Amino acid sequence: MPDKDNLNPLIHQRVTPRTRLKTTNELDNDVRDPFDQREIFDLIRDINDPEHPLTLEDLRVVTEKDITVNDEEGSITVLFTPTIPHCSMATLIGLAIRVRLLRALPPRFKVEVEIAPGSHNSEKAVNKQLADKERVAAALENQHLLNVVNQCLTIKSNNYSPAA
Amino acid sequence: MTPTLECIETIQGHNDRVWDVKWSPNGMLLASCGTDKTIRIWGKEGNKWVCKSILQDGHQRTIRKLGWSPCGNMLASASFDATVCVWDKRSGEFESSATLEGHENEAKAAVWSQSGTYLATCSRDKSVWIWSVDEDGDFECAGVLSVHSQDVKDISWHPFEDLLASASYDNTVKLFKEDDGDWISFATLTGHSSTVWSVAWSKDGSRLVTGSDDKTIKIWRRFDPGNMEGVHTSGEDPTWKCVCTLSGYHSRPIYAVSWCHNTEMIAAASGDDSVSIFQEDLSAGDRAEPVFNLICRVRHAHEQDVNAVTWNPSVAGLLATCSDDGTIKIWKMTGE
Repeated sequence: MPDKDNLNPLIHQRVTPRTRLKTTNELDNDVRDPFDQREIFDLIRDINDPEHPLTLEDLRVVTEKDITVNDEEGSITVLFTPTIPHCSMATLIGLAIRVRLLRALPPRFKVEVEIAPGSHNSEKAVNKQLADKERVAAALENQHLLNVVNQCLTIKSNNYSPAA
Repeated sequence: MTPTLECIETIQGHNDRVWDVKWSPNGMLLASCGTDKTIRIWGKEGNKWVCKSILQDGHQRTIRKLGWSPCGNMLASASFDATVCVWDKRSGEFESSATLEGHENEAKAAVWSQSGTYLATCSRDKSVWIWSVDEDGDFECAGVLSVHSQDVKDISWHPFEDLLASASYDNTVKLFKEDDGDWISFATLTGHSSTVWSVAWSKDGSRLVTGSDDKTIKIWRRFDPGNMEGVHTSGEDPTWKCVCTLSGYHSRPIYAVSWCHNTEMIAAASGDDSVSIFQEDLSAGDRAEPVFNLICRVRHAHEQDVNAVTWNPSVAGLLATCSDDGTIKIWKMTGE
């Protein structure tokens, strides 16, 4: 196994609870519920880190507060924070988040996945690559890369231990 | 009367994202391609656009862009499988007649020069290849141009000279010409702050329009040595300078621009799902500072990103677009 970029990452407590109480509006089938931060977070929190048997939530690579949703305009921005500023997996993590959202959300949403400002040495280069739909499309036709992304997106059952 | 863009037909057929649409040189046929690895040829029957043929089995991966030969008998397709296929319809039906290999990875565009002598291709491998086409339809590599520092996204030939423009992920546009048997780069156009997705020439070949990931459209002009505006040039080569920037019209990347050689209007397609049309105001501005106005905008032209836009070469005001939503649309400009 090749050396990991970050041998000993800090593991965080899961702060966002797994369940939430439904509001009256959410229980009413006649009311349209807009997508919100929490819903997007729930979609990406369990993505596996490519190097560790941990989720992006455990490593605090993604947090609820770093997600912006404008349901009306159909735009979503996810900022993610690599555990170390020279993490070579940053592009892969970003790609996994993007693919997860592409697969789960209605196509009307425009999704931006970017590195949280100041958290990575190659922030601009990685962001440009992740925003290039042509490169993303070509990458996902690469079977090897697609397998790696799918591994990140395969939810492991032990991820479901309840948050504190 | 305010000009409007009216959708006269929505064409379904591809099973996935449609990456490109191109009119045949006489404007009678429309070719489209996309993620489903097929090329579809559309023609008008009565009032409807119908699929005349489906070209498949030419590529293993997404077909990114198409290019018609000036005679309209051949079609080139550039694919993420790193090859370019040439389809020939001189026998009546389109048949795959050649596969051009050489690029190391995804080919992004393939275009014929107006003379029909050259086919240019570009790729994520940062190179532009020039192929010379002989009378028997054989292709021979005449030059490999590796001057971009990144992915080459689009290429476009001058309307009547053997000059080529290329647009890149490195934020620049470069111009190429043949010099004593060798293809060389003679100009670099800098000004965009992100990927240049698309490049197109004006009818007289003295100007270029580019569309970029920086959400702007730029118009560039050629200034020859000894020009009246006093723009500095070196040696015999002209200087290319940005003379107009159109910003604030689109909220997402501009994926395609098309400069109509009938009406001189510029169409732009964007990742914000919209299409916009610009026209030069000849009563304002001058050669060095032309003024282009937005004359028409369709905010929700498609359900998703618009990937290509192209003016019909023979019917003025007829436009085709395609999108991530899997559809192709035909539009008609009215009221100008």
